[in-house]
Amino acid sequence: MMFDNILSILVFFPALAALLGFVVEKGSIRAYGIAVAAVEFALSLVLWYAYDPSVVGMQFMESIPLVPAFGIHYLVGIDGISLFIIVLATFFTLIGIASLGEVSRLKDMILTLLFLEMTMVGVFVALDAVVFYVFWELSLVPMLYIIGAWGGPLRIYASIKFFLYTFTGSLVMLVGMLFMAYFYHQATGVWSFSILEWYRLVLPENFQIWLFVAFFFGFAIKVPMFPFHTWLPYAHGQAPTIGSVILAAILLKMGTYAFVRFSLPMFPDASVFFMVPIAVISIIMIIYTAMVAYAQEDIKQVVAYSSVSHMGVIVLGTFALNVEGISGSVFLMIAHGVVSGALFMLVGVYYDRRHTKLLSEMGGLASVMPHYATIFGIMVMASVGLPLTINFVGEFLSLLGFYKQSHILTLLAGTAIIVGAIYMLAAFKKAFFGTVTNEANRGLKDVNGRELFALIPLVLVTVWLGVYPKPVLEPINNSVESIVSLMHEKAITQEAKMRIPNPSQQEAASGGSH
Amino acid sequence: MLEAVNISLESLNLVTLSPMLIAIVGALSILTIDLVKVGLHKSLYVMISLLFLLLDLGALFHFVDFFKSNGTMMGFFDVMLVDGLAILSQLIIVIASMLFIPLSLTSKRFHEYNYPEYYALFMFMIAGFQFMVATDNLILIFVGLETASLALYTLIAMHNRSKSFEAAVKYFTMGALAAGFFAFGSMVFYGISGSVEIHQIASALAADDYANIGYVLVGVVFMLAAFGFKLSLVPFHTWTPDVYEGSSAALAGYMSIVPKIASFVVAMRLFEVLVQSGIVWLEVILYAGVVVTMTAANIWALVQNDVKRMLAYSSISHAGFVMAAILIGTTQANSGLFLYWTLFVFTNLGAFAMLWVNRQKTLLPGQSSDHPYEKFAGLISTMPMAAVLMALFMLSLAGIPPFGLFWGKLYMIGSAVSGGYTILALIMALNSAIAGYYYLKLIVYMFMKEPQISQKGFYMMNASLSLKSIIGLAAVVTIFSVILVNPLMEFITAMVYNSGY
Repeated sequence: MMFDNILSILVFFPALAALLGFVVEKGSIRAYGIAVAAVEFALSLVLWYAYDPSVVGMQFMESIPLVPAFGIHYLVGIDGISLFIIVLATFFTLIGIASLGEVSRLKDMILTLLFLEMTMVGVFVALDAVVFYVFWELSLVPMLYIIGAWGGPLRIYASIKFFLYTFTGSLVMLVGMLFMAYFYHQATGVWSFSILEWYRLVLPENFQIWLFVAFFFGFAIKVPMFPFHTWLPYAHGQAPTIGSVILAAILLKMGTYAFVRFSLPMFPDASVFFMVPIAVISIIMIIYTAMVAYAQEDIKQVVAYSSVSHMGVIVLGTFALNVEGISGSVFLMIAHGVVSGALFMLVGVYYDRRHTKLLSEMGGLASVMPHYATIFGIMVMASVGLPLTINFVGEFLSLLGFYKQSHILTLLAGTAIIVGAIYMLAAFKKAFFGTVTNEANRGLKDVNGRELFALIPLVLVTVWLGVYPKPVLEPINNSVESIVSLMHEKAITQEAKMRIPNPSQQEAASGGSH
Repeated sequence: MLEAVNISLESLNLVTLSPMLIAIVGALSILTIDLVKVGLHKSLYVMISLLFLLLDLGALFHFVDFFKSNGTMMGFFDVMLVDGLAILSQLIIVIASMLFIPLSLTSKRFHEYNYPEYYALFMFMIAGFQFMVATDNLILIFVGLETASLALYTLIAMHNRSKSFEAAVKYFTMGALAAGFFAFGSMVFYGISGSVEIHQIASALAADDYANIGYVLVGVVFMLAAFGFKLSLVPFHTWTPDVYEGSSAALAGYMSIVPKIASFVVAMRLFEVLVQSGIVWLEVILYAGVVVTMTAANIWALVQNDVKRMLAYSSISHAGFVMAAILIGTTQANSGLFLYWTLFVFTNLGAFAMLWVNRQKTLLPGQSSDHPYEKFAGLISTMPMAAVLMALFMLSLAGIPPFGLFWGKLYMIGSAVSGGYTILALIMALNSAIAGYYYLKLIVYMFMKEPQISQKGFYMMNASLSLKSIIGLAAVVTIFSVILVNPLMEFITAMVYNSGY
């Protein structure tokens, strides 16, 4: 078949291009980077086109033995859940490179971004735990460099904190993976790190709980969930614009994606066991970070905390453990990527002009930079979850899903989101409305062509998927259904069977005539 | 009247001695050449050493074939024992030596390399280590260990700086103490079992059901102390950073690899039979030793200001990490040890060689040691290639996949998991995280700080083609280790399993 190796090409093309890029002359590197990222984005669109949403299970699978004696294979494949995050990753790399302003050592930056793209795509296509871990860890290195070399005054502290936090969490996760492989070995007599094989393993509840905790450390730090979130404001505060954009749009999604890919289907009983605690943590995360965001004086920190706050909704939706909730949270991952990525980019537009991110320095920008204010306004509306924008669909479905598990917690979360709208709107008002108070802002130029090239597509996606989410939502829904029915089948305890509804029965009950 | 001693030459099975004999002949021929004509260039001696090491390697490959078809080979009154462990460790020793010896072809002149004795001692040392691993006779182990150690002390001292003398004397004193402990421990074991061969000691102890448990305890404690010095386990590690600092970077890298694999093999032979006896306190002592060595060395490494000292502490920590294999004692763990150490050879030698290429003859004003972190500040903008390579070795040491040591760590932690040591597995994982910090510190200096030395080529002042080739080889193996892991692992597991470990 024509698309046999498309995933490998998608993973390794940017890395190979980055290696060749060392030869490219400094002045031409921007064009080279854009070209490579555009090809990669086009490839991911081809993947989307070739993806068949009606097929249940993984597609475009490839398997090459790496260390067969220990059950490690280069095993990749995608389903509806990973497909769109991959497209999101290639999309953001493209517009990220395209929107790069004048930075020092541009060549190093672009090559690093291309390496980073490899690791990002790799994480989302990997179906072997070790391969997943390889890309997961490898993604830290380029990000470390981006924050540490191009960041603000505290960049070194921030980059090391980012690295060590995530590294520690993932090592605990690695122990969990090794245990999982060991249990698989005990059960079947062969070693395997294939996630698909692990799905078939039914573990006793107490094992599930311990393994869930081990994996949780790795994922929760990445998301980042309260109370492990402290690295993120530093990372965002110090990172250059492009670093924040990629971090918020893609890297954080690795954590929530891994919950859906690993924790839920592998440990259904433990997921039910931890559902309420995690929901409580998520709600704390939503409320607490929203309050912190309100107190920030730096607009980038406002966006950063609001980004954490919304990640809480994603986790909440994931742990609804039903099709609506999980589909909603996967959709919200895409939405959050688009919106928070765009917001960081917008903050960067102002920073490029004034080299400050303080809200007190802004004020009345709407009259000086009308286009900028309009785009910012649309993105703020999307961020607070205005209906007919992309975030609304995801948030609504996530909350709807969780409503079926607990009315009170959902109500709390819903209120928190509404309250959360206050700080975004307040920050927006402070920055854009009123008269121009700061003389330095008076002569600012509005967004230029390069910035528009990056921002307009984001606006279009925000509105398009807000109005008509079906092309994305449907493949996600189909894949989530298969995960949920797997969970339902695997669950041992009666409570878990009840909490995780079987999607096919549900449809039959609601009068579907399939 | 005494009966005539009648021994046939075949029963001696002299072929078991061939690898060591090759090394010794190599050493003697270097000395002979020097007798015939003095003042020859060091490249000649390097190449002769390499040739003999190559022959040595050939003999070892012959053993591999033999072992595969016939199993363990004994010889020389059953003193020589050529089993899978012996062959594997000798392979590591010889390959590491072949990587090390070209590092003497530096572009700067260091006077020790102009003495042919340097190379002769080097070959004698290799023979000593080879004897040490290819026997389970405590006396021959002792002889091999001392031959190798005495040669090594001299090699350190020949570097001819005041710190080198200090290092050599320190190492010598500690080594002498360790030798004393070893001799005493052997004596105790001989006293309670009537034998100096490890397998006989084990069966004698098992036969009377560990009746002399008090003596066993004494013997084990002395042995542990002796190996503690040689493997630089905490609290016997205090010499390591000073000795590494005083030696040339190349030799320090060599010391972190070869003497340790030899000691690991002996420790494996000795302690695994004892651990399997089910004596709880021995397991506890080893457990504590492993955990303390990993953790404490990591914490000390955090506060070092000199890269070489940091690498010294890091190598202590790696030794502790690998020592866990001897505690766990399964075939998987023991194979993991060899896999880890094979990959460690390339990564660590690469890292030390990177220090070696930027070795200055004289210190700059304000510079307190040879390799302070500040020296590497901003390397990415002055020497991007060097910075990337150094970062690669650091990432591998930190266990970032897919580079070399990640696979070693994966196997080691995996074997702790399957051996039932859950807490140990977690401690090993968390230690890797602590270690991440100090490896990262160097990367931070290289990539994120502004350069302090603008002089181009400063970092490569000691580089030559042969140094660059060795570093390149180490880098290639480190990067592409993922392809090597499977064949290596199959080979190692077969060798270890068929030796009964």
